[in-house]
Amino acid sequence: MRLKYPTSIKIVRVPCTGKVDILHILRAFEKGADGVYAVGRMEGDCHYNSGNFRARKRVEQAAELLDKVGVGGERVRMYNLSSGEGPKFAEYAVEMYELIKQLGPNPIKKSKAKKEAA
Amino acid sequence: MIVADKKPIEEIIEEIKDFKKILILGCNECVTVCEAGGKKEVGILASALRMYFLNEGKDVDIDERTLERQCDHEYLEEIRDIIDGYDAVVSLACGVGVQFTAEKYFEIPVLPGVNTCFLGATEKRGVWTERCQACGQCILAFTGGICPVSRCAKRILNGPCGGSSKGKCEINKELDCAWQLIVDRLKALNRLEDYEKLFSIKDWSHDRAGGPRKVEREDVQL
Repeated sequence: MRLKYPTSIKIVRVPCTGKVDILHILRAFEKGADGVYAVGRMEGDCHYNSGNFRARKRVEQAAELLDKVGVGGERVRMYNLSSGEGPKFAEYAVEMYELIKQLGPNPIKKSKAKKEAA
Repeated sequence: MIVADKKPIEEIIEEIKDFKKILILGCNECVTVCEAGGKKEVGILASALRMYFLNEGKDVDIDERTLERQCDHEYLEEIRDIIDGYDAVVSLACGVGVQFTAEKYFEIPVLPGVNTCFLGATEKRGVWTERCQACGQCILAFTGGICPVSRCAKRILNGPCGGSSKGKCEINKELDCAWQLIVDRLKALNRLEDYEKLFSIKDWSHDRAGGPRKVEREDVQL
């Protein structure tokens, strides 16, 4: 298909989105990621039954925490698609890319740079 | 186990806002099982706090450590070498751990990171319910293995009371009447004659009514 999606997106492969923890999401932001999104199977199609539901919950909890610490919960999202939906994968990547571009860089990066300069 | 619940992050921020070097101290026992104060929760809290203070432009160092237990001297000693490097400790252990850490490291503020709730069991993931109030004189042998002290809202020993309706308690329609459970279980055990026996007045001096308690056993002391 040779589909294109933004090069700034780094893929972290996990056996199931159920493996994704709040901690992984927070650490990504702490290290300077501008946004994080989890892409799981369609709801009800998880090979481990409930992995993608767990991921969704954790994404929601991470968003809540990110809101409270001033990073912004809108920078984290959960998407669902099936393994046959390559075009949708690329479409979601573009959607996330556009969203982050609109939100601007992760404020942590600026604060970190300021701290290091001081 | 001792069941604890997370404290809102805003409350923790308020506790520590004046400190510069903070240790988030988890516990590998009960609070790990009830997902409130184990290594993972320490990591999440520390990460969130680091981001918060960075965003606020405050220079605050936040480190993480999780001990096997915070209610035993030997495990708490593991942080003796590093503790002087911190202005404050946020302990994610139960109230016992917070206090024991505070007693051991007298000069350093030790702040609670969780709300300690009760002695309970895991009904299912994410649901914990109370089972024991540590009254100091167990009567489970006579009540079909169901504790009226912890599970009856009135703690009555000769129940049920008039508030029991269709097996539920009057304080909450979802709450089982402990005495209904006791009767059902005694019936299943074919020991309903136990229900006929009247409990005499319980000696509450072994409960909190007698003040802070102590168990002293010479047989195991060195």
